[in-house]
Amino acid sequence: MADTPSESIDVTYVADLARLRLSPEEIATFQKQLGDVLGYVSQLKEVDVSQVSLLGEADLKNRLRADALQPSLTAAEALANAPAQDNNLFVVPRIIE
Amino acid sequence: MTSLTIPELRQKLSSGAVKSREVVDQLAARVAAVDPQLKAYLHVDADKSRTEADKADVSLPLGGVPIAIKDVINVKGDPCTCASKILQGYVAPYDATVITKLREAGAVFFGRTNMDEFAMGSSTENSSWGATRNPWDLERIPGGSSGGSAAAVGGHEAFAALGTDTGGSIRQPAALCSCVGLKPTYGRVSRYGLVAFASSLDQIGTFTKTTEEAALLLEIIAGYDPRDNTSIDRPVPKYTAALGQGVKGLKLGVPKEYFIEGIDPEVEKAVRAAIDEYKRQGAEIVEVSLPHTKYAVAVYYIIATAECSANLARFDGVRYGKRAENAKDVLDMYGRTRAEGFGAEVKRRIILGTYVLSSGYYDAYYNRAQKVRRMIAHDFRQAFKQCNALLTPTSPTAAFKLGERTQDPLQMYLADIFTIAVNLAGICGVSIPCGFTSNKLPIGLQIIGPKWGEETMLRVAHAYEQATPWHKEKPPL
Repeated sequence: MADTPSESIDVTYVADLARLRLSPEEIATFQKQLGDVLGYVSQLKEVDVSQVSLLGEADLKNRLRADALQPSLTAAEALANAPAQDNNLFVVPRIIE
Repeated sequence: MTSLTIPELRQKLSSGAVKSREVVDQLAARVAAVDPQLKAYLHVDADKSRTEADKADVSLPLGGVPIAIKDVINVKGDPCTCASKILQGYVAPYDATVITKLREAGAVFFGRTNMDEFAMGSSTENSSWGATRNPWDLERIPGGSSGGSAAAVGGHEAFAALGTDTGGSIRQPAALCSCVGLKPTYGRVSRYGLVAFASSLDQIGTFTKTTEEAALLLEIIAGYDPRDNTSIDRPVPKYTAALGQGVKGLKLGVPKEYFIEGIDPEVEKAVRAAIDEYKRQGAEIVEVSLPHTKYAVAVYYIIATAECSANLARFDGVRYGKRAENAKDVLDMYGRTRAEGFGAEVKRRIILGTYVLSSGYYDAYYNRAQKVRRMIAHDFRQAFKQCNALLTPTSPTAAFKLGERTQDPLQMYLADIFTIAVNLAGICGVSIPCGFTSNKLPIGLQIIGPKWGEETMLRVAHAYEQATPWHKEKPPL
């Protein structure tokens, strides 16, 4: 595992992680363009961040609400935009044989 | 009539001189005349707007006033495609909170405005439905990502519009189209019903012809919303009451890092002249430093892409939008749905965001960017100890030509160099017209306020606007 970031990016591998099916042309184009962008963002390496903690002051603390029923979309409304539905459920291709 | 400001229109509506339906008719006629060239709108349903107009209570603060909405905010019964093929055919099942608030104030909704797909871009060329043009020069881009909202208001085919600003997507197009573009403080306006791009940066704001209208709309849309846990529970000031007090006694900061090589000399000249105008009006001008400014774009393209890669995971062909046909299994369905549904820039950002969050790179990219982000926010806090607001250019150049930067994503990203840090710091900014280039392209002045500094920021904007003619100039269209 690389500790230091490379300025090239394995687009095929990352696209698979992102569930994106890319064409060979797209892979080649993105490889070059994202290499340029990574080269640009690598200037952050010159910043001394040793005195900065990762988490800052927040404007908010955790907000809790009563576990009470609120008005909401009906099942029919929630399903209205679904590409496939049946019996008040979203339908997807078979996952388990 | 479409050149009126909201207060002027309100006067005609409340006196009965004109009916809201006639206002919609006028807008529809203007859209029919200019939008085939301008392409600011993705969808207009004038009959639906007329029905709303007939029911409008003109005694309300926005009674009968039509407002255009960026195609990323849900309005019940309207499409909301985010200019993406993946949401083609989607019909919003509910109103965003900002829409509910505008409705309660009497507004009528007119049109869905074009944008870069999922708000990713600086020129509106990334729309799946074609680019919007700049009302001041049809060969040029209107800016982005809220380019449709900017072109509609700048081209007088909307009285006002809502947009969203993640790295400058309200302020930069407002500057390029000669409108007032307001990005409120993070947490000031509820984002319930906004399709998320980068959740630690996104904020809804306004496009108007004048500062007074921006203040009026912010009064209506701002406030805590239990449905958005990032909205902050603070009283909403009467922003319009803050206007008209002038700038005497105020200290205005000029950050030296915002006047850099690469800035168009005509832009710099106009902004320097605006600074002189503030001096003339009695403001004290102080030079300040924001030392980490040059890292803002790099930080942004790590954090925004990381967040977008997570937020856009929801577009998987299951609950809404497009689904690829004849998938052999569910992974095939996801991969092809997303490949067919997303455009190039969205794919690029998902890849980059997935990469910077992936095992082995998370610390080097994402965590480091978060730390530099904190340093950028600290810079602003230090600067606001010395001044009440900051004055900068909004964009380093006026509008560029269509196609000029589409092959070079990095050049496109640099269009937001002066606006991005404001989002990273969670503070507020507004762009107002401050002149034109020699070939009559608009130039914007950015006024930046601290967190919850909208009253002073708008007061400063208003003082300049009252003394200058730029906001009254009409586009050639």
